[in-house]
Parts: sequence; C-alpha cells; structure tokens
Amino acid sequence: MSNTAINGAVNIMRRELTGYFATPVAYVFLVIFLVMTGVFTFYLGNFYERGFADLDPFFRFHPWLYLFLVPAISMRLWAEERRSGTIELLFTLPLTTVAAVLGKFLAAWLFIGLALVLTVPMWFTVNYLGSADNGVILAGYLGSWLMAGGFLAIGSCMSALTRNQVVAFILSVVVCFLFLLSGLPMVMNLFKGWAPQVILDGIAGLSFFKHFADISKGVIDLRDLVYFVLVIGFWLIANVVILELKKAE
Amino acid sequence: MIEAKSLCKRYGNFTAVDDLSFTVEAGQVLGFLGPNGAGKSTTMKMLTGFLIPTSGTALINGIDVIENSVAARKHIGYLPEGAPSYGEMTVRQFLTFIARARLINRQDVAGHVDMAIDKLNLAAVARQPIETLSKGFNRRVGLAQAIIHDPQILILDEPTDGLDPNQKHEVRHLIQDMAHDKIIVISTHILEEVEAVCNRVMIISDGKLLADDTPRGLISRSRFHNSVSMVVDEPEKVASVLSELPQVAKAELNEGELTLFPAGENGLFEAITTAIANNKWQVSAMRLEVGRLDEVFRSITGKEAA
Repeated sequence: MSNTAINGAVNIMRRELTGYFATPVAYVFLVIFLVMTGVFTFYLGNFYERGFADLDPFFRFHPWLYLFLVPAISMRLWAEERRSGTIELLFTLPLTTVAAVLGKFLAAWLFIGLALVLTVPMWFTVNYLGSADNGVILAGYLGSWLMAGGFLAIGSCMSALTRNQVVAFILSVVVCFLFLLSGLPMVMNLFKGWAPQVILDGIAGLSFFKHFADISKGVIDLRDLVYFVLVIGFWLIANVVILELKKAE
Repeated sequence: MIEAKSLCKRYGNFTAVDDLSFTVEAGQVLGFLGPNGAGKSTTMKMLTGFLIPTSGTALINGIDVIENSVAARKHIGYLPEGAPSYGEMTVRQFLTFIARARLINRQDVAGHVDMAIDKLNLAAVARQPIETLSKGFNRRVGLAQAIIHDPQILILDEPTDGLDPNQKHEVRHLIQDMAHDKIIVISTHILEEVEAVCNRVMIISDGKLLADDTPRGLISRSRFHNSVSMVVDEPEKVASVLSELPQVAKAELNEGELTLFPAGENGLFEAITTAIANNKWQVSAMRLEVGRLDEVFRSITGKEAA
C-alpha cells in the first residue's frame, strides 16, 4: 500500500473512533461488555470456587459474548453510510475502497481491543489471589482479540449488504454462529459417518472455538494465528468486492 | 476540463442517462436543468466516479474517471444530493476529516478548514455537532467540504435546496466569485437560479440532452421573446386596432393583460407607443418581455406550455 492509501485508512480510522465516542454507543458498549464479562466469569465460570489462579472462566465465554456484541458494533459500519448517503461522500473522496474498508475495520477492532484492555483488573485479581501463568493469560488476550477481529470482519461484510442495521445485525449473528459451531459435536455429527475425513477436518478446522481454545491454552501455534488472519482477510476482501459491486444501491 | 463521452447508465430496462456527450471548460458555470428523475444526479455521480457508467466514459482534466477514478477525484469538489455528512461530528471535526482525506498537507489543514468556515459563514456553529444544525447550515457545511481543497472543478447537486432567500443569494454570490477560473456544474430545478449564476444551460429529460445554450439564448426561444404586454382600458377594442398593425403577429388577452406578439424582428414597441399616443388610450402598465424561461423549459421537456 502506498503512503496516501495508509494515510487515507488512518484518517478514516480516526474519524470512526471520533464517531464512537461522540455518541453513547462507545460507553454503552464498554459498560455492557465489562458487566457481561464479570457476570460470566464470576457466576457462570465459578471463578472463585474453582480454586485456580487463571483466567480460563473469563476467556471461556468470550466466543458467546462476541457473537452478539461484535455484530452490535459492526452492524452500523456500512449500513449507516448507505442509509445516510455519506457513502457517496466517502467514495468521491480520493480514497480507495480498500483503504476505507481497512480504516473502518481497524477502528472497530481497536475499539474492541480497548474493551479488552479495560478488563485488565481481572488479570490483577488472579495475580493477587495466587501465582498465575501470565504468559497463558497474555496469549488468551491475544487469541480473544484475534477472534474478535474474525467476528468483526464477518460483521463488516454483512453490513455492506444492506442499508438496514437490524438486517446487518441478524445476518452477522447467523454467519458468526455458523463459524462458531462448525467445530462442535452437534454439527460434526451431521457429517460423521458419510463425509470423508478430509472434509470433517476441514469443517472442524473452520471453527473459531478450536483455534481460540488452542491459543488461550497458551500454545501460540503459527497455524492458529494464520487462521484468524486468513478469516479476517477473506471477509474483508469480500467486503471490498461487495462495496465495489453495489456502491450506489 | 470535463469531457463526457457517450455516457450511458441503465438499470435493467430503465435508461437513466442516454448517450450524453458534452465538454465544459474553465470559466463556465453549467446548469443542469431538468424535471425530477431526468438523470441530472446520475450524470453527476458518473462524473465524480461514484457510479460506473454502463457505457461511455468521462475525462476530468484528461484523466479517465473509470480507469483512474481516485486520481480524477482529486480535481473535483462535490456536493452530493441532500448534502450528506457525518451528523455526530462537529462542523470543524468534519471539515478537518475531509481536508485530510483531500490530501491537504498536514500543516495546511487548519488553514483550509478556517478558509471554508469563513467563506460559508459557519464560524458561529463550528463547534456544534452537524446533526443539531438547521437545514440551511447543513447545506453550507456540504458546500464548505466541497470547496475545502480549492478544486478546479466543482460539481454541486442542488446547492441551494433548503436555503432561505438570503442564503440562496449568498451561495449564488459564492459560486459567481469562484466562477472565473473554475469549472462549476450545478443541477437545479429552480429556473431563476440558472438565470442568476449560469452562463450555460443544458436541459436534460429522460436522460437525453434536449438543449445546450446560454440562458439568454434559451429565453429568446420563448414565444414571449420581444412581445409587449400592457394593461389598458377597453382592451378588446385596443386589441382589434393593434392587430391591424403590420408589426403585430397576434394579440392575446389574458386576465386583463393584453400581450402582443411581434411579426418581425424589430419595431413592435415603437409601433405600439405611437398607436397609444395617436389614439389616446389609457395605459396603466406596459413592458417589453425578454422571454419566459419556465415556458421554454416546459415546451422543451414536453410539458404543456403556459
């Protein structure tokens, strides 16, 4: 990417972030995210009762949290531009579609990153309570953020399909749900017995769960990182293609 | 220079713009005039690189808008229809974003933003979120973002829509100020606007170019061009007498006003004043008509003439 393209993407990113904090969206999201992670960790995850100084009960529920919270962030990315007509303003600026898509994605991704950073008191808590393996916890954060990027790329692409944010939200949740479930027994049992092992592995390999679980165990395998980067890349490219094809509709 | 070459835009069976070719040069203020749905906005969207033509193309200062869209856009300032903007941003934040996106040097951004705020009289609302502003201010914010990089080509889709008469006057003044070394294309359905700011008019209907002329040239196509209208006592009698004059082609009486149409090029007004003096008619009002643009517009776009 050229310098102007990078500057363009950064400019879009900055505008988006300004937009988040100019409205209640950012604050509502951050509060809900923190409350929900707390509820999941302490009540459903039995954080204290388990007696381990780790953040497994915290990370374990992230996929389910993201399933609904990330589409809530991503639904407006493009649908809102279409509804308000600003898409015409945006794409008559000297700026490529790729730069615009990247800028918006990065803004939302950084924002979710901020939400994750705000959960750091949880990390302090485990260190206070016992001797935690901080490497594993750091890997957990990295995996969680990467997974959020995957959800976000799907959501951004779905948002480009419609001018209606509710439609964008529902589409995103459905597609994200399929990606989440693809590794679970309820899906795998449908294929077991008749599909060849290669396809079974392929479907299981698409699962967010499996790759996230691997990383959050503290095993940072290059394949898991590449997986999330590829998922993000694939959906963002699809996003660009959709915008190019139906910019004005 | 803008060169449109056989621009076409089709949506299925519907043809929005049908084989439109024209060139616009520096110093011209071109008005796109046409009924709603005529293809004015679609044409502008193709010139600015937002819509890709079904066939044909356009060159912006020699750069193809399809082949090299991003480079072509650099030369253009564009106000889209309805002046969309990011409502949650303040005027200054929004203009700063546009200035950066327009590739203005980092150290010059603030200067350009101040210039645009100043030109459009936005200083009082510069710190307010755009969504809290009135329609008139909204439109001015849209104009400010269009001129912020001092573009050589300005494309303005209905620039005065929603403004009050004073604001309309200001915007027209602004357009005239910038006109001498730029290309300005505006679309409008307000006829008086064309007369006020444009030195060239293209009438478009159903995506086709129906007339390309100066405002004066268009007005002279009016059947009222050089006719004389008067309010006089006993108009029927006066009409029958004046109809006999060789300079008068036809007399029409409409709501107490008598209109006389010229037979030849000159001499109608003088012939009538002489007749008035000789017959001692009581005339309370009289004027020479230059023409009526609304009537020309209706006759060209196929609507019933007034």
